[in-house]
Amino acid sequence: MKSYSSLAIADATDLRFGVCPKPLKTRRGMTIGGGIVYPELNFTLPNMSIEAGTMPAVLAEYRQMITGALARAAELEPPGIVIEFETLPPMTQVPQWGIDITKLLADAMEDAYAKYGLKSVLRATPNDTREFERPPIMRSGGLWEDMLKTFEGCANAGAELLSIESVGGKEVHDEALQAGDIQQVIFSLCVMGVRDMTFLWSNLKKVADRTGAKCAGDTACGFGNTAMVLAEQKLISRVFAAVVRAITAVRSLVAYECGAVGPGKDCGYENPILKAITGLPMAMEGKTASCAHLSPLGNIAAATCDTWSNESVQNVKLLGGMAPTCYVEQLIYDCRLMNQALGEGRESAKMLQRWMVNSDSGLDPQAYIISPYSSIEIARAIVESPNAYYAGRAAALKAVELLDHAHKDHLLKLSPREIPWLQMIREAVEEMPDREDDFINQMMASVDTSKFVAADYGL
Amino acid sequence: MNPLDQLTESIKKGNRNEAKRLTQEAISAGVAPRPILDALVAGMDDVGRRFQANEIFVPEMLIASRAMKEAMVQLEPLLVAAGIRPEFTAIIGTVQGDLHDIGKNLVGMMWKGANFGVVDLGTNVSAEKFVAAAREHKAKLIGLSALLTTTMPAMKQTVAAIRQANLEGLKVVIGGAPITQSFANEIGADGFAPDAASAVDIARKLAFA
Repeated sequence: MKSYSSLAIADATDLRFGVCPKPLKTRRGMTIGGGIVYPELNFTLPNMSIEAGTMPAVLAEYRQMITGALARAAELEPPGIVIEFETLPPMTQVPQWGIDITKLLADAMEDAYAKYGLKSVLRATPNDTREFERPPIMRSGGLWEDMLKTFEGCANAGAELLSIESVGGKEVHDEALQAGDIQQVIFSLCVMGVRDMTFLWSNLKKVADRTGAKCAGDTACGFGNTAMVLAEQKLISRVFAAVVRAITAVRSLVAYECGAVGPGKDCGYENPILKAITGLPMAMEGKTASCAHLSPLGNIAAATCDTWSNESVQNVKLLGGMAPTCYVEQLIYDCRLMNQALGEGRESAKMLQRWMVNSDSGLDPQAYIISPYSSIEIARAIVESPNAYYAGRAAALKAVELLDHAHKDHLLKLSPREIPWLQMIREAVEEMPDREDDFINQMMASVDTSKFVAADYGL
Repeated sequence: MNPLDQLTESIKKGNRNEAKRLTQEAISAGVAPRPILDALVAGMDDVGRRFQANEIFVPEMLIASRAMKEAMVQLEPLLVAAGIRPEFTAIIGTVQGDLHDIGKNLVGMMWKGANFGVVDLGTNVSAEKFVAAAREHKAKLIGLSALLTTTMPAMKQTVAAIRQANLEGLKVVIGGAPITQSFANEIGADGFAPDAASAVDIARKLAFA
């Protein structure tokens, strides 16, 4: 297992969209992170049941989505496109359903290459269905086996990139968010999450090696994005959610330590931090993903992306056409602008990036945390830490320090009810024990241990 | 400030030691259980109002809710002895196929604070379990949550199963990111809660309609 003790990108001015030190070449000749930003389209079913009897209708929906989107993409002539197939839970629980849809998509992408010369690559993202049992059985059982079968089958059916939104540690994370408990957040992400990620991604790497696919990356979506959306709904503090984001990078990093090569999963807003550490390409999503969820990161998310995604859109009819077709157009235009800036040279790209960053970073702590400057600072705090426990603490303290300074220097607007959270989080992190073992003992006595199988986490 | 107003304040501030102490003192002073309960509920109602007005976050509400829980531990035996029950019992859960529980938990917390009896069935709950729990607990209300568009059909099936069970006076309220009032109308739910904060008023209106 790889260990990152230094940064691949150490200067914030080098942490930019479309370029990274370790670009990824796909079978069809796309170079992700090699000077071009590619659109990454994801789509999902409208309100309908997924069961054996409805599978013909499900397949028809996917056929309509992919053919419509690729036809429009071909007309707009992007240099290539990433298609993400994020399964819905029944498509992982019944692997053949997920595999059949993957095959349908891969065939349509081959047809589009033959017909229009449109290059593409398919990312498959099966669900982490282990949580369908409560408490989740993380390392064995039918759900785990079907999940692996889905990965392997999708890879064999043409998915070149493998991703997941894994859930290890989430058993205690939602409660931590509701309670505003940063220590429990760190326990969830940096103790439980990191242990599960090591197990999960070691296994996914074996699948990738067997099938010739590539491990792309994970996301702490169920952690960081849950916090971000709760903050956006004014349910929890935005400062708290921003600090959670910084900590999620420690958990998501494990996929790359286990051999993932990018592009990191689109909804991982911790990806700028991971790009600085690993030098690998990253997917991001922002303003063009409001079809899936709102965020305060519309422009700034694009500042460091290598593929630009819409997260997911339902196959519903809009005035312009079916939603996936409309969204592929939006993504392509977003990417055209970024690629024009890249084509005009470093200074043009930096100027566009500056506008992306400065238009968002002062308005929300989450945005401030993923700015290139903050990302490098947090990334450095992580790689300078001897293990994930210390890295989680260091990321949290660095995030608080960055937000505090930004607020005091009038670079970041915070509402009055947000400000006490800076001190509350700092104190809670500083109170944590020096030794991870002591922390684990402390947390095991305070969290609801009936919600998870401790042995599956080596606890 | 009289002691019951102080008790209300202690809940509003989420001071559980104070809430516990003041409850015990009121009991020892011979105050009847109903006014003590009303003082606690008044505190939580204020917390709910401030939450609805975006003045406080969920963690602050949770702290208040925990303070109320501590006080209720002492008060509960007296309430039972006096024949005072929760306003009514509500069943809550996330529908089958859906594992999201934060929204559901927030509504449950608000309902408990409003002195409803709440039976939380968790996530991925079948229609049969909802019906069985409503029957067992003689519930007046069922709250259904769904976050995925693909589990909205399960919500529809659950409402149909509840109607088929023909449980007298039982009302159904639904909520979740993809849920709308028109979907509630379409599947025959009695109410739609657009957010956790409004779920208390909607529940009260439905249960006492």
